[in-house]
Amino acid sequence: MRLILDIALTHIVGRGRQTFVAVIGVAVGVGFSIAMAALMQGGQDDFVEQLIDTMPHVQITDERRTSKRQPAEDRFAAAQISGLRPPDDRRGIINPTAAMAWLDAWLPGRYSASLRTQGVVRYVGREAGASIVGVDPATERAVSPIVGDFVAGSFIALGAGGNNIVMGDRMADKLGAGLGDTVSAVSSTGLSRAFRIVGLFHTGTTARDEGEAYILLKNAQILSERANAINDIRVKLDDPFSSPPIARRIEAELGYKAVAWQEASEGIMEAFVVRNVIMYTVVAAIMLVAGFGIFNIVSTITHEKARDIAIMKSLGFSQNDMQRMFVIEGLAIGGAGSALGWALGFALTTALASVRFELDAGGQEITNLPIAWSGLHYAIASVFALGSAAVAGYLPARRAARLNPVDIIRGAS
Amino acid sequence: MSALIEADGLTRILPETVPVTLVKDVSLSIDPGEFVAITGPSGSGKSSLLYLLGLLDLPTSGRLSVDGRDCGDMDEAARARLRLDKMGFVFQFHFLLPEFSARDNIAIPMRKLGRLSRGEINDRAEALLASLGLEDHVHKKPFQLSGGQRQRVAVARSLANDPALLLADEPTGSLDSKSSEQVFSILRALVREQGKTVLVVTHDMEMAGRMDRRIHLVDGMLADAEATV
Repeated sequence: MRLILDIALTHIVGRGRQTFVAVIGVAVGVGFSIAMAALMQGGQDDFVEQLIDTMPHVQITDERRTSKRQPAEDRFAAAQISGLRPPDDRRGIINPTAAMAWLDAWLPGRYSASLRTQGVVRYVGREAGASIVGVDPATERAVSPIVGDFVAGSFIALGAGGNNIVMGDRMADKLGAGLGDTVSAVSSTGLSRAFRIVGLFHTGTTARDEGEAYILLKNAQILSERANAINDIRVKLDDPFSSPPIARRIEAELGYKAVAWQEASEGIMEAFVVRNVIMYTVVAAIMLVAGFGIFNIVSTITHEKARDIAIMKSLGFSQNDMQRMFVIEGLAIGGAGSALGWALGFALTTALASVRFELDAGGQEITNLPIAWSGLHYAIASVFALGSAAVAGYLPARRAARLNPVDIIRGAS
Repeated sequence: MSALIEADGLTRILPETVPVTLVKDVSLSIDPGEFVAITGPSGSGKSSLLYLLGLLDLPTSGRLSVDGRDCGDMDEAARARLRLDKMGFVFQFHFLLPEFSARDNIAIPMRKLGRLSRGEINDRAEALLASLGLEDHVHKKPFQLSGGQRQRVAVARSLANDPALLLADEPTGSLDSKSSEQVFSILRALVREQGKTVLVVTHDMEMAGRMDRRIHLVDGMLADAEATV
């Protein structure tokens, strides 16, 4: 094997300039693939991270996914009931104390129970439809990033005593209200209560900033005339990626719909899969082009070295030896290109990571391109490069191995 | 003494549109230590017969055994192994690998066989070169050698694995008379002093006359075989 390697390397070193061009072709392919993968993966990770930060990892609502098992099905083995829909009964989670005690016992993370109700917020003749969320500020802080989104006042002030409310800044603008003003909230049952604005938040999501307001859970229960009711439990887990099995366990136990963040963002996650397929297709295409360079040089060598192939066969080299030799030549070019491509990819990725730009419309937030540093990108690019190099070497190698030495010796003579 | 090569009814036909018969129904036997000339006019099938006997080409029909082994059932790898182990080839042109030095060219068959260490291989290669008067050209590449020197390196390479059988196809065909005589003397010494079996395809009837036996071909067929010594 060492001998075949020596001869193979002698061949490609003997064709320095073409070998260099082929190696550079592979290196550029590998380098740009690595940089592109780092950028795309970085963007994806950044997006998912934001998703994980802003969304509950598991959200339990008072909705049911399937209808309850019917008594007839328990009584008669032959009974089959289809087409049943779960009742549209949204009176809140039944026995919330027991449900929360059960969660306390095992849940690897934190949760916050709330009562979400629809209503109207009024201020000096103006009104805005609102999703009024009753929360416990202490537990809400642990599961919601909204605490950090306040532009005036604070979330903590909600629990400072009295009837307080925090709302989106756009809703406040719509109403013409400001911090310290007293607005009235009217529930869907028609009950009205006065609340003092103690905080204004800006999440950047228009629907929330225009239509969401938070009050104390107890006030929400009074406003909606549903004593002790909750209809929403939001969970933050220690490991966000363990959400699906935990959501399934909760749903199986409580019977209420428990949605993991992955399920809630299914469309986005599918889009990422499609994006990754596109990315690796592009990588494969780049490597295919690089492979043509390798094919070209190995093919030229086999053509030029036909006489040597014949003489080596006469010396006792087999077809397999010949084939191996030229595949090694392709792999050597692919390997050298990969190694150089790693360095190029690292340099490009470093350069991309150092790009800084202003993201915020106000020009306040300076950010970097999101970059993912992963050895997997280097490995995948090299696998593509070596794979295409092996194929590019194999095709002329097979042809070379099948050369009849007698034909070549006669021709040379 | 059992024959080193035994051929029975060897025939080689090229499957062209109009099939071309290169060798037809050749039966022969070559004993160890023989110095045999294969002669005949151009196109008589001399080289084709040599390639068949050297397992570089496959007969269309007929049987061939080398060193007591039937070659009919051998696959390509087994034939290659037998060539590596038992045979050495010298062609009209030296066919040395141009990127390698004289010593490395000779080392290649030994490295392929894998019986000797790297140091032993280099020692043997240098000894072979020295035995052929090329001790000063060990590290030279083929383009730095004269035609006669290259051909002697090719002879040294053919002897690298100490083969029992040396097959030479017009080994002096491209050499001047002095170099031709040198190469012929080397081949004869291999037979006389080392007991090798040497088959030489040649046009040179004077040279053929100085060998043990002559196999004469006409139109691919054996015309006669005669002992010359």
